[in-house]
Amino acid sequence: MKLEYDLVIIGGGPAGLAVALEARRNTVKDILLLERDKYLGGILPQCIHNGFGVQYFKEELTGPEYAGRFITKLKDCQINVKKETMVINITSDKRIIAINRDDGLLHIQSKAVVLAMGCRERTREAIAVPGSRPAGIFTAGTAQRYINIEGYMPGREVVVLGSGDIGMIMARRMTLEGARVKAVLEIMPFSTGLIRNKVQCLDDFNIPLKFNHTITRIEGGKRVEKVTVAQVDKNLQAIPGTEEEISCDTVLLSVGLIPENELTSEAGIKLDPVTRGPIVNENRETEIEGIFACGNVLHVHDLADFVTEEGEIVGRAVGEYLKGNRKFRSQPIKIFPGDNIAYVVPQHIDFIVPGRKKIKLFMRVKKPEERVKINLIDDKGRVLTAYKKRIVTPGEMVSVFLPEVLLDDKLKNITISIKRD
Amino acid sequence: MKTDVVIIGGGVIGTAIARELSRFNINIILIEKEDDVAMGTSKGNSGIIHAGYNDDFNTLKGELNIKSNPKFDKLCADLKILFKRIGSLVIGFSQEDFRKLKELKENGEKNGIENLEIIRGPKLFELEPNLNPQAKYALYAPSAGIISPYKFTIALADNAVINGVKVLLETEAKDIRIEEKQVYGVVTNRGLIETRIVINAAGLHADEIAEAAGDNFKINPIKGEYQLFDKQWGNLVNHILFPIPTKLSKGILVAPTVHDNLLIGPNSYWVKDKDDPATTKAGTEEVCEGARKLVPNLPHQDLVASFAGLRADIEGRNDFIIEASKKIRGFINVADIESPGLSSVPAIAEMVSGILKEVVKEISPQLELNCQDDFVETLVEQPKFADYLDKTGEWQEIVEKDTDYGEIICRCEKVSKGEILRAIHQPLPARSLDAIKRRVRAGMGRCQGGFCSPKVLKILSEELKISPLKVSKKGPGSEILKTKTKEIIKETGVKFKDEVRV
Repeated sequence: MKLEYDLVIIGGGPAGLAVALEARRNTVKDILLLERDKYLGGILPQCIHNGFGVQYFKEELTGPEYAGRFITKLKDCQINVKKETMVINITSDKRIIAINRDDGLLHIQSKAVVLAMGCRERTREAIAVPGSRPAGIFTAGTAQRYINIEGYMPGREVVVLGSGDIGMIMARRMTLEGARVKAVLEIMPFSTGLIRNKVQCLDDFNIPLKFNHTITRIEGGKRVEKVTVAQVDKNLQAIPGTEEEISCDTVLLSVGLIPENELTSEAGIKLDPVTRGPIVNENRETEIEGIFACGNVLHVHDLADFVTEEGEIVGRAVGEYLKGNRKFRSQPIKIFPGDNIAYVVPQHIDFIVPGRKKIKLFMRVKKPEERVKINLIDDKGRVLTAYKKRIVTPGEMVSVFLPEVLLDDKLKNITISIKRD
Repeated sequence: MKTDVVIIGGGVIGTAIARELSRFNINIILIEKEDDVAMGTSKGNSGIIHAGYNDDFNTLKGELNIKSNPKFDKLCADLKILFKRIGSLVIGFSQEDFRKLKELKENGEKNGIENLEIIRGPKLFELEPNLNPQAKYALYAPSAGIISPYKFTIALADNAVINGVKVLLETEAKDIRIEEKQVYGVVTNRGLIETRIVINAAGLHADEIAEAAGDNFKINPIKGEYQLFDKQWGNLVNHILFPIPTKLSKGILVAPTVHDNLLIGPNSYWVKDKDDPATTKAGTEEVCEGARKLVPNLPHQDLVASFAGLRADIEGRNDFIIEASKKIRGFINVADIESPGLSSVPAIAEMVSGILKEVVKEISPQLELNCQDDFVETLVEQPKFADYLDKTGEWQEIVEKDTDYGEIICRCEKVSKGEILRAIHQPLPARSLDAIKRRVRAGMGRCQGGFCSPKVLKILSEELKISPLKVSKKGPGSEILKTKTKEIIKETGVKFKDEVRV
């Protein structure tokens, strides 16, 4: 089947939904949203906990409710949606091949493409936990799906490795279901998830969180029987003599998320080695004009609300792109991560936009620091502007504004650095 | 239950023997204690078909490897599995290594391998641009190849089943019934199977089976750990790269797999437990260090799986045992099949067939070993979506015939529901998540089943008409799910509202 569209959005999670609605508001006509699952919302339908929407709707919603608000609106906007449709190839000239049961293979030509495929969980191998390979080892998100979508408990006695948000949320979820969560182990000396999740999911339920600890061995033939846990030193190596055995039938892993960019790479789009998402300008446009990316496929966000915000940036940008009235700067401004900054998105600023007052930059720090200044520094080492923060931590994305007035024609590079205040 | 021949063990040896013997019009039962074939040594090894220069032709190892190597092209074509004759390079760094490479080459030539070549200088790096720049020499053996050992085993089993072999899974041999020094039957957890001929292909446990029949040898398991990297790295090397071999092993290799992953390993050390293929931190480090000697820049960030395999070894013995028992009539041992066991499979099966003929002549002359007229030598090619990514028009026709082929279940390996259904209903059916994974690769990719395992679990539950709670990773005891939600709360009566602040 051959099809032509103005905009094809790949992925119907919070990012894709926001793009679709915002693009429609910006007069984009023929929009096709492709979703691989049976339902829209991405991972949100399995996130039945609250905490969504506080930023965007100024009220607290569950994941399905948050997704539901966008899905309802989408129905009113006559946007074409194809569910249970898997994209298998994207080319740099915006041809897409997808497959589903009803149509078979779809060959689609689009004027603009938005990548909104989300991310996947890092597995046991990403952190190389030695031991056997029995049943009972799950990534936290897979366990979440089994419990909240399928209605089955994957374990009774649980050890969680990693203090990512989903891990902490699942520690609470399984506790509420009557499972015993014996420990949450974090190899770093700080939580890699949101502080609010540590408080509401672990502290409130007396679930022990052990910093500087990891699993050094998983044991069990058919099913997990126990794990060996050890304290680690500064180089994250297990300290001999600190080993302790914990019996359990289940190990949940919450050790990070990886943007799912296999299609992106196959299209020849360059990725940032740190975010593992595409390199983009302030419109979240990749190095191929007219191919945009947003949400967790671009960089892993803490909150769905931020994903929505990013999707809306892209929705507007697609509108501008299709109208063809964009003005490029004579040279782009490149933005580099400096001291204690892991990455900054966007990686460069390409356009002159009349009336724009500021550009929001998103970043993640490498290690926690208190009472800091975030300095935006130009080529000559001059501080363009600075923002004070009481605390920065890798688990919480940081954003700052780059005022438009600072962006003169000669500016080539901006480095963002954290300094003790 | 009564049959003519019982084969104990569903590894690559047992299934290859089953397929070979299924040429005859006799009744054969293969028993396997696990829920699938290829659950022991056959799933945790390097998957190399060696050229045959390592061993002496006067040993079974040397002879059967050499006889088998040329047979793999046709055999794998018949079985519709991948075999890639990519060639191997044994890498040398010093003058002493050079002497050893010459010795290997001479031995290989004595064994009749004609196209061995010692390569040096720039040509080495033309063949392998990512090779350690300090490498100086290599023994090039173009006839070495790669194969998926578990897919090979499953295909052999499928083919055997099509030709009438009965495969009983989750069936463990507990004892051999012997009367007047003649095999009379096999006692299993499911009852007695009467037979006058038993073939012991029990791999790591072959000594326990042999002991029941009065033959004494002791198998010591040797563990080998491996690391497998993402598909984007399969082209980091073009050949199988070996270090200089030692007496104990062929060393830690670096090679692509037939599915384009990159494989490194194994290390090699004796362990006590025959059923514990656990990886270790020290082992992982040893494997990485060994592999880095050959290819310094390994993509550690893109590790997909670490695993270990155990292989059989009899201390002090450096050859296969393939013979009829001298003590018990009707009992054939096929044991101590260490490296190059996989490379010797076709010739081992033929040799056992020959031994069987002798045994039958001696003990059951009334049993006629006539070849079946309708023996099926080839399997039918089963389309895989991953092979059709650049032939979408052809896949469209397949989807139009059966829409299950339009639903993609495993996004990483691009596996359709139709392929998974086929795996559940193939001659040797998949009954667990791992069995599906070995047959069609769903869950084998970079997310390691994070996304597709709930879907595959549901399909298994529907197709096998069992509760999702009964679906396992690898047989009974390895069920994925514990209870329905709300059940544990009912059992324990814990009410959280009263106990904690929410």
